Amino acid sequence: MEAVLSPKERAQYALLAARIRRSALEMVYRATSGHIGGSFSLCEILSVLYFHELRIDPKQPDQPDRDRLVLSKGHCTPALYSALALRGYFPVEDLKQFRDIRYHMSGHAEMHHVKGVDMSTGSLGQGISAAVGMALAGKLDKKDYRVYAILGDGEIQEGQVWEAAMAAGNYHLDNLCAIVDNNNIQIDGTIEEIMSPYPIDKKFEDFGWNVICCDGHDVGAIHDALEQAKACKGKPSVIVAKTVKGRGVSFMENSCDWHGNDPNAEQYAAAAAELDAALAACEKEAAKYE
Amino acid sequence: MNKISTRSAYGEALAEIGKDSRIVVLDADLQCCTRTEKFAALYPERAFNIGIAEANMVGMAAGLATCGKTVFVNSFAMFTAGRAFEQIRNSLAYPHLNVKVIGTHAGVTVGKDGATHQCLEDLAAMRAIPGMMVLSPCDANETKLVTKAIAQYDGPCFMRLGRLEVEQCTNLLPDYRFELGKASKLSDGRDVAIIATGLMVQEAMKALELLRAKGIEATVLDVHCVKPLDADAVLAAAEQCGCIVTAEEANILGGLGGAVAEVVCESCPVPVLRVGIRDEFGRSGDPLALMELYHITAADIAEKAEAAVRMKK
Repeated sequence: MEAVLSPKERAQYALLAARIRRSALEMVYRATSGHIGGSFSLCEILSVLYFHELRIDPKQPDQPDRDRLVLSKGHCTPALYSALALRGYFPVEDLKQFRDIRYHMSGHAEMHHVKGVDMSTGSLGQGISAAVGMALAGKLDKKDYRVYAILGDGEIQEGQVWEAAMAAGNYHLDNLCAIVDNNNIQIDGTIEEIMSPYPIDKKFEDFGWNVICCDGHDVGAIHDALEQAKACKGKPSVIVAKTVKGRGVSFMENSCDWHGNDPNAEQYAAAAAELDAALAACEKEAAKYE
Repeated sequence: MNKISTRSAYGEALAEIGKDSRIVVLDADLQCCTRTEKFAALYPERAFNIGIAEANMVGMAAGLATCGKTVFVNSFAMFTAGRAFEQIRNSLAYPHLNVKVIGTHAGVTVGKDGATHQCLEDLAAMRAIPGMMVLSPCDANETKLVTKAIAQYDGPCFMRLGRLEVEQCTNLLPDYRFELGKASKLSDGRDVAIIATGLMVQEAMKALELLRAKGIEATVLDVHCVKPLDADAVLAAAEQCGCIVTAEEANILGGLGGAVAEVVCESCPVPVLRVGIRDEFGRSGDPLALMELYHITAADIAEKAEAAVRMKK
């Protein structure tokens, strides 16, 4: 197992997460639509994946031996596209095209027009199956790439997720790692109020998965969980990441109002002020190690 | 003349092309019925029986296709085109992935299993998806040709196959030429054009003889590709004959009849009478008896053809 992250790395990935979050807010405000809450809960996870874990080359986005990431909760493109742009797949300036009819940066993840997206998603429950297919292809071709799939905790109410979970367990796909963004909130309420999928860990365990739980906003903990997943042989791994929907903006946290709504000018200014302050703090922390 | 089901011919063709290591075959606990078992016996490392979980089967196919595989997913038409419609639409067709969706046991000729297994909506549903190629070969020979051709085509397709053993047809016709997507003219007459797909092509050829006895000469177009429809061939037949009868073993709403009517009414309006299941569910019964019950036999085509000819006057 790789050593834990150094303080410098932790500061770097926290800073990148803060940049993803700030960019996601900007995209949704500019587009006057998009999914803020679930994007904000994902920022640290995407930061560690794209800037540390994934073996990828933004200059060769289709390289066949690359690691793959499927955003099964395909509505959280503000965070995904921001991470891809910051990682160098396309200019950050292009994020202004999000949800704009003149361009092809559509509301949900789209693989042909947005560089770095490994699978078109948006209809919940389907991305995980595609990830299982990619992992199976890796085994067939005897390649050592790894496949990551990010699921929403509301999304796992879809039956197809458990069909896919059964298949991944059955085929012992240890090159597959699912991450459940456990922010506890879906559109209509908390996941317990609507249709509880708990206990999430035990369900995956029963389907033959190695289960790891972690704090989904602690870049060090995310890193350690990903390392544990990689070290586990003979079965797929799932990281149940405890997160906060709307993380980083006080009035957006833990509220289903911010699943798919865009902020007005006043709300945007307040949110931006909070995120800018957090970003400045992260920059200061990261600067200590320069 | 020995009869062969199109599903069996497909299974043979799949085994014949199976040495191509890009081909991966997925089944949902119906390998024995979709006839992929021959492929699975020859290439077990590339055949996966993923259990009774069609939605996941289609999604896995999508993932495999992104990694360069040519994937065939197999089940009854009811459970691929029907149950997994939205997975086909969003995970295969929207990203235009190289997956061949096979729907066996289509139509009422499934027989005694009855309505829940007799898919009548597959042609309409698959046709409505942007960029989806929709195939419906008529006999063993054509099924093998289509199977081999779609394996070389880079994109999503749906192929409708039947359970019933059907007569051989195209291999017995010296003028039959196959080109993926092109309708084949099996007979050239000037009075009426019969445009048929699937096992209704054989019925159309029998109707041809019934009509000839009455002095009516028919063109017969065999449409193995319902989408994209060979509009040039359809319009040429409309111009030549001045009236059309379509024949399919599916709901008359939105299938081949609908496709032909759409093309004809925009560019060469002539009467189009449709033979097919008239918007109802099928009963359990003997396949041939069901064809009679739902009026999709050669006699029904001939009767419609006579009516179409009368409409010209």
